Amino acid sequence: MTAPDRHPLSMTVNGRPVDLVVESRRTLAEVLREDLGLTGTHLACEHGVCGACTVALDGWAARSCLMLALQADGCSVATVESLCLDDGDLSPLQQAMADSHSFQCAFCAPGFLMTVHCLLAERPDLTRAEIREELSGNLCRCTGYQSIVDGVEAAIAALGHAHPSAL
Amino acid sequence: MPAFCYHRPDTVEEAAGLLAEYGADAKVLAGGQSLVPLLALRLSHPEHLVDIGRIAGLEAVAAGPDGFTVGAGVRHAAVERSPEAGRAAPLVAAAMPHIGHRAIRNRGTVCGSLAHADPAAELPAVALATGAELVARSSTGERVIPAADFFVGYLTSALDETELLTAVRFPPWPPSTGWSVQEVSRRHGDYALVGLAAVVALDAGGRVERAALSFFGAGATPVRVGEAERVLAGQPAGAAAFAEAAAVVTATIDPPGDNHATAAYRAHVAGVLTRRCLAEAADRARAGGGA
Repeated sequence: MTAPDRHPLSMTVNGRPVDLVVESRRTLAEVLREDLGLTGTHLACEHGVCGACTVALDGWAARSCLMLALQADGCSVATVESLCLDDGDLSPLQQAMADSHSFQCAFCAPGFLMTVHCLLAERPDLTRAEIREELSGNLCRCTGYQSIVDGVEAAIAALGHAHPSAL
Repeated sequence: MPAFCYHRPDTVEEAAGLLAEYGADAKVLAGGQSLVPLLALRLSHPEHLVDIGRIAGLEAVAAGPDGFTVGAGVRHAAVERSPEAGRAAPLVAAAMPHIGHRAIRNRGTVCGSLAHADPAAELPAVALATGAELVARSSTGERVIPAADFFVGYLTSALDETELLTAVRFPPWPPSTGWSVQEVSRRHGDYALVGLAAVVALDAGGRVERAALSFFGAGATPVRVGEAERVLAGQPAGAAAFAEAAAVVTATIDPPGDNHATAAYRAHVAGVLTRRCLAEAADRARAGGGA
């Protein structure tokens, strides 16, 4: 058995610089959860189908199970833990989805929240049909899709034309 | 995920050198949206992974007299957001929203999809419909492979194990030429049961000068149905000709059957898509072609 293939990894996670040495075969999701303790990022299918592990990579939604951690070298990663406000209150997006009872068991919630967070930063004025299409890559095993779409609509209404950083 | 030895070359030459050295035991990693799931499912276990994600000079998305060139580092999202793509390669631009989901398009690359050669994917069919050229580099030189010779089997391209796909060139979009990409899938973003990338060029009299019908999800490779393309040539671009072509497609095409859809159903859908795509493409050709 040869020694594990390990390489240095420097990235910014939720605004903090992180320097690690990781084995090349580990995914970004595994490193976020196991090395950094950021267990808000959930792993379900682990092959890019369910969307539960979605994070923001340099601002764009990405599946953290479909990336080697080493591919994030030099990048800025934001996980669901970054969404809440500095005083610990829910962000407007989180609050709107909570108020809409968007999540039942909430296992899928981190992926939905990060998908919507990235989406609304780029396109803050989606129609209901567009929301459904954009969320088609995230699965909710409780099948609570109506209330999830309701929550996104409520977030769009609450945010109005606020600056994307208010998400 | 199985263990491998990770390499991150800085140059194409370095990447080609690694592929020359490790050949059959190496896989190229670009966006990883096809390869990483194969690794996760342990369907692929290369000994060496060559990550081309940091090679400078592969990020070009450029429209010029040679056509629309997309380098191996270019992600789907970059093409989707490129205003040039709609003008210079409207069929490529039209395919983008159909590819996976947004999070997949943010990471996956155009050349990676082509090199993966999945017959159910959109871009191989688009490359085949447009007569794209694929640029392959090895340590011994560069060669250009026409799309018609590139897709040789299921998940199998004409790339040698020592070659890196560095770019794809879609030829300049001709005038009076329309396009359409449509597919039928169980859920938006899923692989299509069957899909069609179509190109229709009209002459001054509104007759079909040339048509390309390139299906995905219909065989071991993307499939052109030349019999139906020839039926269309010279005919007035209208419902009668499109229905005739659709009937030829359904009778000719030989798609696989599986637990998602039978072969007969896929052949039927291929005919329906033929009519729909030809009508849309002809409308766009009459509007002048080009977005």
